[in-house]
Amino acid sequence: MKEYQTITEISGPLVFVEADEPIGYDEIVEIETGDGTIRRGQVLDTTSDHVAIQVFEGTTGIDRDSSVTFLGETMKMPVTEDLLGRVLDGSGNPIDGGPDIVPDERRDIVGEAINPYSREYPEEFIQTGVSAIDGMNTLVRGQKLPIFSASGLPHNDLALQIARQATVPEEETAGGEASEFAVIFGAMGITAEEANEFMDDFERTGALERSVVFMNLADDPAVERTITPRLALTTAEYLAFEHGYHTLVILTDMTNYCEALREIGAAREEVPGRRGYPGYMYTDLASIYERAGRIKGQEGSITQMPILTMPSEDITHPIPDLTGYITEGQILIDSGLNSQGVVPPVNVSPSLSRLMDDGIGEGLTRGDHGGVSDQLFYAYAEGKDKRDLVNIVGREALSERDNRFLDFADRFEEEFVDQGSNTNRSIEETLSIGWDLLSMLPREELNRVDEEYIDEYYQGEAAEEVAAD
Amino acid sequence: MSQATDTTVREDGVIESVSGPVVQARDLDAKMNDVVYVGEEGLMGEVIEIEGNITTIQVYEETSGVAPGEPVEGTGAPLSVDLGPGMLDSIYDGVQRPLDVLEEKMGSAFLDRGVDAPGIDLERTWEFTPEVGAGDEVGRGDVVGSVPETASIDHKVMVPPGALEEGETAEVVEVESGNFAVDETVAELDNGAEVTMRQEWPVREARPTVDKQTPTEPLTSGQRILDGLFPLAKGGTAAIPGPFGSGKTVTQQSLAKFADADIVVYIGCGERGNEMTEVIDDFPELPDPQTGNPLMDRTCLIANTSNMPVAARESCVYTGITIAEFYRDMGYDVALMADSTSRWAEAMREISSRLEEMPGEEGYPAYLAARLSEFYERAGYFENVNGSEGSISVIGAVSPPGGDFSEPVTQNTLRIVKTFWALDSDLADRRHFPAINWNDSYSLYRDQLDPWFTDNVADDWTDQRQWAIDTLDEDDELQEIVQLVGKDSLPEDQQLTLEVARYIKEAWLQQNALHEVDRYCPPEKTYRILGAIKTFDDEASDALDAGVPVDEITDIEALPRLNRIGTTPDDEADEFVDELEEDITEQLRTLY
Repeated sequence: MKEYQTITEISGPLVFVEADEPIGYDEIVEIETGDGTIRRGQVLDTTSDHVAIQVFEGTTGIDRDSSVTFLGETMKMPVTEDLLGRVLDGSGNPIDGGPDIVPDERRDIVGEAINPYSREYPEEFIQTGVSAIDGMNTLVRGQKLPIFSASGLPHNDLALQIARQATVPEEETAGGEASEFAVIFGAMGITAEEANEFMDDFERTGALERSVVFMNLADDPAVERTITPRLALTTAEYLAFEHGYHTLVILTDMTNYCEALREIGAAREEVPGRRGYPGYMYTDLASIYERAGRIKGQEGSITQMPILTMPSEDITHPIPDLTGYITEGQILIDSGLNSQGVVPPVNVSPSLSRLMDDGIGEGLTRGDHGGVSDQLFYAYAEGKDKRDLVNIVGREALSERDNRFLDFADRFEEEFVDQGSNTNRSIEETLSIGWDLLSMLPREELNRVDEEYIDEYYQGEAAEEVAAD
Repeated sequence: MSQATDTTVREDGVIESVSGPVVQARDLDAKMNDVVYVGEEGLMGEVIEIEGNITTIQVYEETSGVAPGEPVEGTGAPLSVDLGPGMLDSIYDGVQRPLDVLEEKMGSAFLDRGVDAPGIDLERTWEFTPEVGAGDEVGRGDVVGSVPETASIDHKVMVPPGALEEGETAEVVEVESGNFAVDETVAELDNGAEVTMRQEWPVREARPTVDKQTPTEPLTSGQRILDGLFPLAKGGTAAIPGPFGSGKTVTQQSLAKFADADIVVYIGCGERGNEMTEVIDDFPELPDPQTGNPLMDRTCLIANTSNMPVAARESCVYTGITIAEFYRDMGYDVALMADSTSRWAEAMREISSRLEEMPGEEGYPAYLAARLSEFYERAGYFENVNGSEGSISVIGAVSPPGGDFSEPVTQNTLRIVKTFWALDSDLADRRHFPAINWNDSYSLYRDQLDPWFTDNVADDWTDQRQWAIDTLDEDDELQEIVQLVGKDSLPEDQQLTLEVARYIKEAWLQQNALHEVDRYCPPEKTYRILGAIKTFDDEASDALDAGVPVDEITDIEALPRLNRIGTTPDDEADEFVDELEEDITEQLRTLY
């Protein structure tokens, strides 16, 4: 390891150094400033005579005379089962005042891609206890399902509710004991207040002892945010595939992560893609999101729930857009529902779980689940369509069918979606509320549910009552 | 990938710089597009630029830790694939390394670096049956025999294009039946050429053909909206653009499962790992609707998921189409699905920006349009060099950012392809699948395929389709009015049109890809369902003329059964429709 005092240029988060030995791409660097503090960075570009370094902790205080040491290895995360219950900063150093971490292993934070041939297809239903998710956009173990939200919306409450309530009911009945998730929480650029909210909840519910928390707060260096999710996922991979934990990785807020990427891209004078974000952002995000899943013959799993705030609720903004193309669906938080007081304000129509179809049905949830959710989706969409109309012509001008669907949409939001953040509903409860609502509609409207289930669950009288009103 | 056996190692170069997947080497003696091995670990790469004594290489593997000063070794050969029996029922990465072999070699579920594997098993022997005898004259591409590759497909062993000049023939000196490995000689020609099962071919070069013909036969897909309204020809090209969540992948997979092609090459280009796993899990279980054998017997999968190296994503579409061309040469109809071509274009953009090339629109390289058209032009209905006819149909998914079809990849694709299946997020939101928008989509093959449908399905196929299109168009106009004044203020005949259009949309256009019957709808059934709705329309119009109120017409008991035809098993469907049509007619006629 050689020390250099050959910094030629400092620009934003980047430092350029002349070096006379070969430096590996992605290698870790330590920079010691005049006052003795050490900053860490990573090699972004390497040629035979000079190297570009991205500094995680900010370049403030670095000058031409600062000494640069190349560590000759790529970024590693020390991992051990004892990390459970610990709180670390965005670079992986303990900040909870606990003992030093004695690593079992040091793992490269740029995880290798899982061989698609070795993956196990995720199909174990996770009961989150939230009807809008379980009933309509079911989460399964090993899925990556982001929450698309916007500033000022209670996405954190939903994430916490899921972290608290998520179980796999199938195992509950088989093994007698519900398997709880180990929660890996990666915070990027969230405010100290938000961080407190999460920590308080973790401590209050005792979830902390099965959690590993990585905290990069809003006033921590922005560039550090590019490594925080990778540290979290490296830890999750270790726990899942070495120790058989089922892990739930919550990453918040991916928007801040992408801002950090853009900052680095701009400092490197790269050709920008859409809205100034780097052209490789899809690939970069994929290297995070694709680290979810199951592996054949392995006990554990990684389920990912990244949270992102859409700038001005624009789903076509590059961050939600690229995310949606990689993840297996999305849960949308809606400001309209939020102002109506619906908790959680999940807008089920544009939400989606791509792995739902394989995780539900006979033997997994219940045979009628698929049909019920399709029918609810259809009826809700139909009812929402009528809302525009009713504003123009008034209720009286609508046909009886239209009025039924209007009522349906209202009750769907009030009874199915709005359950409060402390209610934990089983899948049976969710489906039976679904049938209650569907029973408002005439039987012949239910063309997406198999006849046998209509016979079993449909309560025709309810439909008559509404008609009589 | 192909492991060239006869290439000589050229002079070595030295790494000058590393930036992500782009590596520059000094003093490397290599040609454009040559394969090189980079660094101590021997990571595979391809030469993409030569300037002075600096050679720029795109590396197909992760480059963390690679440092200047490490060696670069040339192979003198361009990126090639191994062609031969064993490609079906396989799953490859973007440079044709079999993923199952990689798992075994790496001993891990994670993809390590610097491990290589041949594209086809060199050890395995195949039972070869000659189709020519000693003394027969053969030209290039001619079939000398075949091996049973899978239960569905006979793999033809052909004289490689390089063994003879165009138009030249040679006499077969010796040909033997028996079990051979892919590199063993199965036939010898009098010019000294030896024919083996394995051929190598550079991926960026199209295999030779004689002539491209106008396609006249449909690639039936079992999807009502496609066969019925926007058919694709065997040898045609199609694009499926759509925002995320609109069902691109489900549509692509349905096509891979049910299209009546002989061979399916499915390329997962920069998409999700779990999606490929789903295909790997499902295809061996599902029967091919044509042969009844497992679907995997006719399928070759190429998986380069979004987190696998970006340069290999750039090459995977070429690897796929070269494999498709090889089967076309045997006289098969091949369907190639590329999901998604946008990821391929983005890989080009990423490499291009690392090369600091002058960007074109939205940062994509200026040669984007050229690359796309070059690729789609490799599709077609061909007369092969050996006189047989084969086709390659290419179906490319496009993932436009924000669902905006005006972006460069969609626009450049639409300039080339003749079928456009536009996915619509509004339809997807109300779970109307396949979410293909019937107003925006088109197929330019419709006219040239009509004779086939009239001959093979029904005489009035085109009339009935036109009726459906007209009804949907009218419905579209009426919906705008309904949005303003409500349905009840329309005249009765227009209310009826709305109701008929609703059945066309719900009972005909909509199809459940997950229902074991409905997921595949033969063209005959597609015709019958629409016929039943038309019967209702005709009879209802008569009833309306006779003064029956529209509410009574649409309230008849038989009507909701229209929605159940799709899920009725194919062999009972005819009877079901006959009965339904009778009931509709009868119930309507009793009203007046």
